[in-house]
Amino acid sequence: MIEFTFWDILRNLLFATRWTVLLSIVAFVGGGIVGVLILFLRISKARWARRFASGYIALFQGTPLLMQLFLMFFGLPMLGFRIEPWTAAVLGLTFFASAYLAEIWRSGVDALPRGQWDAGASLGLHYVQELRLVILPQAFAITRAPVVGFLVQLIKATALTSIIGFEELLRTSNAINNATFEPFTVYGLVALIFFVLCYPLTQYARSLEARAAAR
Amino acid sequence: MGYSLDFGWLEGAVGAIARGAAMTVFLIVVTTIAGTLISVLAAAGRRSGPTWLKRAITVYVEVIRNTPFLVQLFFIFFGLPAIGIRLDPIVAAILAMTLNMAAYTTEIVGAGLDAVPKGQREAALALGLRPRQVFVKIVLPQALKVIFPALTSQIVIMMLESSVVSQIAVSELTYEADMLQARTFRPFETYFVVAMIYLGLSIALRRFLVGIGRRTLSAGVS
Repeated sequence: MIEFTFWDILRNLLFATRWTVLLSIVAFVGGGIVGVLILFLRISKARWARRFASGYIALFQGTPLLMQLFLMFFGLPMLGFRIEPWTAAVLGLTFFASAYLAEIWRSGVDALPRGQWDAGASLGLHYVQELRLVILPQAFAITRAPVVGFLVQLIKATALTSIIGFEELLRTSNAINNATFEPFTVYGLVALIFFVLCYPLTQYARSLEARAAAR
Repeated sequence: MGYSLDFGWLEGAVGAIARGAAMTVFLIVVTTIAGTLISVLAAAGRRSGPTWLKRAITVYVEVIRNTPFLVQLFFIFFGLPAIGIRLDPIVAAILAMTLNMAAYTTEIVGAGLDAVPKGQREAALALGLRPRQVFVKIVLPQALKVIFPALTSQIVIMMLESSVVSQIAVSELTYEADMLQARTFRPFETYFVVAMIYLGLSIALRRFLVGIGRRTLSAGVS
């Protein structure tokens, strides 16, 4: 039997935290890229594209993330990919994030006055230029607070990937708990680590919101 | 090798799925009622209570909002017995869900209370209503009307998040799905069907809440 001191527990948890952080970053970046594509469809002039994007967003916002992760985990092997918790976790969280980010940015595009589109058109910009130079920079700027707020949701959501077997913070803590039988300390520390990761971002989102309101 | 989908197991699984869905609905109904009551008290306490109470509520809200629900659930179910508090899985699930939802709705209700014009309170006091009557009969209904859409979204989010209480063996919808797929060896089909049931539940729950809001608060929610 190996003896775990408090410091052993903490050190192991901090070591596992890097996977939580890495997964959050990869899913946030991936979700941003896919999210922009969904945004294009969502604000497109073609009706089928708008329909598809609305359905996509409604699907991911209307089902539990845990189900999405299970479907990735068990669905990918059917398409011939090898089953791997990391792949399923990244893809699952990426699609999840893309739906939320697309919806946040769409609200930003909707909030811009119609005149911005007209002004872009009257300068002779075509549709893609208009989006790239006029609409999207403003839409991204006014939605910074909800995007940071969503990043906090995403970091917390990574804990669910422990259920499909990805070795992040929570899964490691389950293993440590099984060895030490100190659930109060172990899960307390896990909560503390998540708090330290998320709280500064929550405060940042709040300050962005306050600044936006003051303007 | 091609993979063919098989939904033949579905016929024998209707009972288990229905039982799971009923438990999910039960959990969210209890959580909604308890969570809303707590958040009204917490939001009021944060505005007019003593300093220590205000601080305690702020700490509670921040801790819950900045940690994952699954960790809160494990802490309550596995951690609390270490200090002598042993809870039944269903009780632990309801406690975790209620504490989690109330932290979010405390902020929402608070924003609603702030949105009610001060003149409403003053007018009610001038008419001779007691402070408690002013809060319950004048301020709170107007606040609830403002925040009803946000409250509805939060309840739907909580219903979806309740799927993780399957991890402490509460036999709700996801738990039944776990059991089914272990028996049928059709995990993808099983989780697909259950995901669609969750989608249906979240649409139905939203419609139901919007209906209630229209009738009782004449809240204009779309």
